[in-house]
This record gives sequence, C-alpha cells and structure tokens, in this order.
Amino acid sequence: MLDPQIIFAGVLNGLLAGGIYVLVAVGLTLIYGVLHIINFAHGSLLMLAMYAVFWLWRLVGVDPYVALPLVTAGAFVFGFVLYRLVIGRFSHGRDENILLITLGLSIVIDNAALLFFGGDTQTIDVPYAGSFVELGAAFLPLPKLISFGASLLICVVLGLYMAKSDTGKAIRAVAKERQGARLVGIDVDNIFAISYGIGIACLGAAACLLMPTYYVTPTSGHAFVLVAFTIVVLGGMGSFIGAAVGGFIIGITEALGGLLLGEQLGQIGISLIFILILLLKPTGLFGSKA
Amino acid sequence: MNRQALFCALGLAAAVIYPLLVPNYLVNVGMMVFFAAFIGQSWNIAGGFAGQTSFGHVVFFGTGAYTSTILQVTYGWNPWLAWPAAMLAGGIVGWVIAFLSFRAGLRGSYFALITLAFAEVFRILANSVPVTRGGLGMLIKADPRPINFQFKDPIWIYYIALALCVISLLIAWRLTRNRFGARLVAIRENEDAARALGIDVFAEKVKVLTLSGAMCAAGGTFYAQKYLYIDPNIAFGVDKSVEMLLVSMVGGAGTIFGPLIGSVTLTVINEVTRAAASVVPALKNVQPLSLVVYGIMLVLIVARLPDGLMGLFRRKPRHA
Amino acid sequence: MKKQNNNSVSRRDFVAGTTALAGSLAFPAILGAQPAAVKVGMIHPVTGFVAYNGQQSRLGGTMAVEDVNKAGGIKSMGGAKLEALLGDSQSKVEVGVAEVEKMNEQGVAAYIGCFQSPVGIAASQAASKYNTPFLIDVGASDLIVNRGLKNVFRLKPGFGVCVDDGIATLGAINKAAGGVAKSAVIVHESGEFGTGTAKLLQDKLPSIGIEAKELIAHDNPTRNFDNIALRIRSLAPDIVMMSNYGNEYMLLARTLYQQKVNVAGFYSILGGGFNYKFVKEMPDVSQYMMDVNHWFNPKSEKAQALKKRVEATGALFTFEVYLTYTNVMLLADSLERAGSAEKAKLTDALASSTFKAELMPYGPTKFVNGQNQGGKPGVMQSLKGDIEVIAPAEFASAKAVFPKPKL
Repeated sequence: MLDPQIIFAGVLNGLLAGGIYVLVAVGLTLIYGVLHIINFAHGSLLMLAMYAVFWLWRLVGVDPYVALPLVTAGAFVFGFVLYRLVIGRFSHGRDENILLITLGLSIVIDNAALLFFGGDTQTIDVPYAGSFVELGAAFLPLPKLISFGASLLICVVLGLYMAKSDTGKAIRAVAKERQGARLVGIDVDNIFAISYGIGIACLGAAACLLMPTYYVTPTSGHAFVLVAFTIVVLGGMGSFIGAAVGGFIIGITEALGGLLLGEQLGQIGISLIFILILLLKPTGLFGSKA
Repeated sequence: MNRQALFCALGLAAAVIYPLLVPNYLVNVGMMVFFAAFIGQSWNIAGGFAGQTSFGHVVFFGTGAYTSTILQVTYGWNPWLAWPAAMLAGGIVGWVIAFLSFRAGLRGSYFALITLAFAEVFRILANSVPVTRGGLGMLIKADPRPINFQFKDPIWIYYIALALCVISLLIAWRLTRNRFGARLVAIRENEDAARALGIDVFAEKVKVLTLSGAMCAAGGTFYAQKYLYIDPNIAFGVDKSVEMLLVSMVGGAGTIFGPLIGSVTLTVINEVTRAAASVVPALKNVQPLSLVVYGIMLVLIVARLPDGLMGLFRRKPRHA
Repeated sequence: MKKQNNNSVSRRDFVAGTTALAGSLAFPAILGAQPAAVKVGMIHPVTGFVAYNGQQSRLGGTMAVEDVNKAGGIKSMGGAKLEALLGDSQSKVEVGVAEVEKMNEQGVAAYIGCFQSPVGIAASQAASKYNTPFLIDVGASDLIVNRGLKNVFRLKPGFGVCVDDGIATLGAINKAAGGVAKSAVIVHESGEFGTGTAKLLQDKLPSIGIEAKELIAHDNPTRNFDNIALRIRSLAPDIVMMSNYGNEYMLLARTLYQQKVNVAGFYSILGGGFNYKFVKEMPDVSQYMMDVNHWFNPKSEKAQALKKRVEATGALFTFEVYLTYTNVMLLADSLERAGSAEKAKLTDALASSTFKAELMPYGPTKFVNGQNQGGKPGVMQSLKGDIEVIAPAEFASAKAVFPKPKL
C-alpha cells in the first residue's frame, strides 16, 4: 500500500477527481460569496443538468462534450430565472429564509425528477470511455483527463471574466460590500440573479464532464454537494481561487485517505480536514473575513 | 397573559384526551408530532433563541440513541437508567463541539457547517467501530414491559412524547423569562454588542449547546426505545438534522411554540399528501407527487410567512 | 376509559363485530353477496434514494394481486378478492411504522414489505403488536428473523444461505478450472448487508482454498472507484467479489473494466446491479461476471410469461418484482388453506405452509423461526449479452465460463 508508485497513481487519480469537485465547488462558493446563502438546491440542480446531458445524448445523439456550451448556457438561464422567479422573490431578503426555500426547492426538484424520469439509473456510453493513458501504475481514463483539463480551462475563463469584465467587477463589488455597491448604482438584485445563474452554469459544465464516467438518478447530485461544502470551506467561503485549489486538495486527500485508511475510513479524512480547517483557520486558505 | 395560560391549559387537556378518542395510528401520528416538536425545540434553543444555527444537530440525537442502546444491549443496563446517561453523553458532545467551535471563533454559516461535519464524522465512526456493531446496526430485544422502557399500548409512548414536549416548552418558556435567555437573545441579535455589555458570550454559547445537546440526546433514546433498532444512518443521517431545523424555522425560530406549530403543520401536510397519493391506484407511481406538493407548500409557507407560522400570532405593534 | 390490552378484542372491534353479526343475522340475504376483500398492506420506499427498487417491488406486488383476483380470488373464502393498500415508507423507519399503524386501522390481514432491512425490522416489530403476519419480501439482514417474533416470515433466503451456496458453487467452478483462483478481494457496501456478507465470505472462503486478501468497504453513494481499482490492481487477486447496491456495483464494474484490471473472474454475492439493464447496456463490462442472487427459475413457463408481461410495460424484470410477486402468491396460498383472514389462522397457515413457488428455483416453503428453509439463490453469469443461470444444476441454462479471458 505504501508503494510509491501506488501513491503517485493515487495522487493523479485524486487530481482528476478534483476536476469535477472544483466546478461544483466554484458554483457554490460564488453563490455563497455574493448572496451569502448556502444553496441547498445545488445537488438537485446538478442532477437536473445531468439529466439534460443524458436526454440530449439519448434522444438527439449529442456527445456530452459537444453539448457542454449548450448545457452550460441553458443552466445559466435556468439558474437566473429560478432566482428571479422564486428564490429572490420569496426570500424577503432574509438569509434563513433563502435556506429554507432552497431546501424546499430541492425537495420539489428531486421528486419531480423521480416522477417524470423514473427512478432507474441512467448511464451514457461514449466510444472513448474505455481509452486511457498509462503513467506508471496509474491508468488515467480519457474522460477524466478531459474533465480535468476542461475544468481548469473553465476556471481560468471564469476567473478572467470576474477580474476583467464589468459584470465580473460588479459581482465582486456586491460580494464585498452590498450596500456600497447599491449606492454606486449597481443593480444588486440583477447581480444576485446573474451570480446564481453562473453558479448553476458551473453545474451544467460539471454535468457534461461527469456523465461519461458516472450515472444519473434523481438523487445522484447530492454526493457531490457534500464534498463541495468541504471544499468551499477549505478554500474560503466566497473565494474563487480557494474553491479551485481546495477542490484538488480534497481530491488528493480522498484518494490518499482511501488508499491508506480504506475507502470508508478515508471519507473521514475529508470531514476531519473540514473540521480542522474550521477550527484552525476558519477563513480557509484564501478567504477573507470569518 | 391569562388568555395565554388558558389556551395552554386547554391545549394540554386536548392533547391528553386525544389518544383516548382516536384510533391507534392517529395516536402514533400524535406521538410523532410531539417527538418532532421536542427535538425541534432542542434545536430551537440553540438555533432560534441563541441564533446558533446548526446543520448537524443529529449528532446529539445519535449520541443519545447509541449511548443508551449500547449500555442496554451490551452492558445490560436498565434503559431508564441509561436514559440520563445518554443525556449526559449528549451534553458532553454539545460541550465539546461548542468549546472547539466557539474557541475558534466560528459563527453563522461556519458554525452550521462544522456541526454538519461533526455529524458526518460520527456517522462514519459509528459505521466502523465494533462497539456499535457498525453497519449491522443494533437491535433492542422486544420485551414490552414498562420496566424495559417499552410499552404494549401506544398510548404510553404518546404520553411520554407529550411530556417531553411539554418539558421542552417549559424550558423555552423559562428562557423567555430568565437572564440566561435574555443573554442568549442579546447574543443572537448582536454578538459584539452583547460582549460589549459584559456578557461572557463564549460561556453562554457553550452552555446553550450543552443544554441543547442533552435534550436532543434524550430524544435519541426515546426513538431507540420506540423502534427498537438503530444503525449509523438512522442515528446520524442528515434527515433528522433537516427535520429539526425545518419544524423550528417553519413554525417560528426563537419562539416557544414555533417547533410545535411547525411540527403539527409539516406532519399534517406530510400525512395528507401521502394519504392522497395512496388513493391513486398502483402502477402509475404518483407517490413522488405527494413530496412535490410537500416541497411547494414549504416554499409557500416560507414565502408568505417570513417569520414562520408564529408570525401569524404576533400582535400588531401599536403605533404611537 | 382505559385502553384494552391489545391482545384482547378492543371495544371498537367488539362493537363492530357484534353489529356485523347482528346485521348478518337480521339480513341473511347479505350472506350471499360478494365476500369482503382481504386487505394486504404493501409498504415500500417508492420515494427517496432507493425509489426504483421500491417501485419495482410495488409493481410485482400489484401484478400478483391482479392475477390472484383474475383467477377467482381466494376460493375457500367464497372468492374473496385481494385488495392492495399501498404505502410509501419514504426510506424512513418512522414512516414505515406509521404506515403499519394506519393500515392496521384499515383492517389489513397481512403486510408485505419493506425492501430496506431497518424499515422491515421496525415495521414487522410494530405489526407484531397486532399479531398481523408480516412477509418480508426483500431485506437481507438476519436480524429480521432472529427476534423470536411469530408474525415475521421471510420467503427469500438470508445472506447466510446465499453465501453458503455461493461458496459451494464457486468451489465447484474453481475446481473444474483446475484451482486457478487462490485469492480474492471483497468489495462491499458499508451497511449491514454488505458488511455481514463480507464477513461471512471472509470466514468461509478458506474452505474452498481461497484467501480473502482484503475487505474494502465503501459508502453509499460512492463518487468514484478509481482508488479502489488501484488498490485491487496492486493486490492482484484472482477473484473480485462484490456485495453492494445497484449503482455502486455498476460503477465499480465499469471502473475496473476501463482501468483494465485483470482478474480470473468476478463473483458477487447479492450484487445489486446485476440485472438485464446492466447486461444489455454494458455488454463488454458485464461479460463473464457472475452473481449469486435471488433469481427466477428460467425453466418455469410462468416466470418467462411474467417476464414478458413486465417488459411489455417498459419495466425491467428485476428481483424485487418477482420476489414481491411470489410473496403475494404465498399469502394467497396460505389464505386458501386457512379459509379465513383471521390472524391466528393465517399465521398458522403460513408457519405450516409448504408452498411451491412456481416462479422461483425453490423447494417447498418450510418456515423455521420465520425463515424459509426452502429458499435458494441462483448463480448467474452474463454471457453474450444475456443472463444465464449456471447453478443450481436443475435450473441451469448454461455452463459457467471460468476463468474469463484477459482484457
């Protein structure tokens, strides 16, 4: 088990797994950083995006990677509209209420999916799913390499957008100082909706990258959200870079923990890291204020 | 003032007479309502009164359930004696989590998330260590005699749940009248100002989590004695945390009757939607529809009543 | 008014009973009318994480009720029809128990449920208060039948029997292949079913000359199996054995295939994902995998006919369907023999039943402490895009292929 070859392979596996985690976490941290809410509906929305990818593949024959721009855009619109029509409108600006609303939404979405799509597990089969790259003891499946690369690319693009574009700057302004932003004339509600939309768009991208190697059921999104919470806290709530770096750290921890402690106890590693970060450096690696 | 007391007395009388008039399954539903109100209140004391929202309250529930069950099944303790031991364990866990978290200065969402992480750690541990029998779960031998904290007639479990709920209401009521409660509210409203007023914020928060933990653990034992089987998912699964949070917030966090009202409302909605779905014949699985309706109702209640259902009963402020 | 001891007739029952008696005496013509339906409570998780399995169970149960009624109902009770009362346990113990209580109020004669062992344990415990028979259709934990409850009946074999039969067959297959398999790695879900099965396997494998190198537990759900695949590869076992639920089974199999982990064979005990969908959608991954599981008798015409009927509705013929179906048939048979839905009589009829399940590769039922001794798992292998039964011999439809060719 302590064979360095295996450890190295485990680290690589962890990095690749981290690719997906990063996308899910980035969306979550963005939503938290700007709206200050913990989006309980994150898992359900990921599931919906995954179904979208599945149906596009099954009914129209679109390859998930080709569908990526479409699904991401669609997810953005869905998130934006969902915020405008439901979350923003019903929460009366209260944080606790948004929490409950997103919780209620997740119940509705999960069960609507169950009702309309049925409970069966659905998978997609792409011809290159069996291809892999061999590196020492590591067998790296091609889809996972693609998701790693795509995820990095998306993070860079998103990071540039946030840094350079007007909307991006407005988003960061609202995240830092809501009232001040309002005072300088930024349409804060619109920014909220856009931020939520971007957060869900990340889920859309994650879904496309996930489907070639995973599966979808009405409850399959939740497993990724739990780990996304850990990453968001690890990286610093609201910190974009933190989510990116944290995602990879968690991926590697998960892999090494699984190899060294056994897969089940390895999962404890994630929760323990979570706790330790919170106790020792609650702002996370890159966060600002607690 | 007197009107309130009258309502309470009438309510209590109705609750006492209720199981004598209705069939068993409704007695059972009543028991579930009071039980949910009880553990919801344990959350409410920390989350509603003191403003320390937790997402992992089930950690106390599971601690209580496993403590009393292990003592009973493995060490032969009488469950009535194991019950206070379970409460003690819950209080200790509450104390530890509070001490660690508040020492580190965690607040708000950070605190909420760390409680979630603790619950998850406990769940995985419960699944891995031999003393809990891991994933196999623990079975309490069915021997329905009062001395075993098991009852043949559901009316007794109902009364115990009712008693627990009443005790929790009294605790909450005390908190609205005594200094400890006042300090908690001050902390909730503005922690820094409270500190400036000379309140030992850290100590009070640790105290309230300890109390909350002990109460919730009591609920864990009760649950184990009613259903006679626990496993790591039942004891530490996230569902219970959500339930405790939900009944309090829907009913009105920080109010005395919030958890009770929330529990009644949500249970009624759940029962009605589930029953309605059962009426529709088999092969078309419309059961999920009942949960869709449940979720929609939840969203609507929160949308219309931002202060929870108790907001309906708030007296309108008199304008000068 | 004090509540009566639940063993005796409650005041409500007494009043209801005497009224009915008076009514039937006063109006003898009513006796000739359609006899009251026998209510059967079916409690399954049709929402939540295992909604698919719950819905499949319900499908089998309702189809069976239809069939019994079409064939004339319970003849010894004057052609009384079965009526299914459907309950959702929502995967929660307390909801399952609440359904038990509710259905008791509606006068069920028996319960069938609950797919998940914890719910089944608690629900059957609740039903025992009323002495109502509870048929466990799916639920692997042996805790279910070891409680000394007279009202619990489990038709399907427990995992002890599945492990024993599985080991015996594996031993035979290995022997026929010249003893190539000497080591195994067991991957199991971390709940009671996976853990229990894995421990039993670990103890019994040495008896057929195989050493269990490692037991790897995983959570439900598991996000990826890459590291487990890595570990398996480094351990280089001859056989990989799995005991887990559908999604993890499928994901693990696919990961091992994609990562080209070479083994002599896959041999799962109660592998949750081994079904027609898996085999048809992933023929390369599933090829040559073997599973010890609850299976129907491929040589039974009734089973094949039911399979066609289920597939015609667009559903899969999974084990939940035919297990719940068979449980309804067992119940109908016992009602027939008891001639009444009265609880004590029905319980006795079940306890003494020698029902021959036409759909299943079982012997006649024989309940000892609630566990049917006549139940047997089948051992199946995925061959050429289809599922063949390779053991027991009298039900087999093909010969086992072992070891499997390298990837």
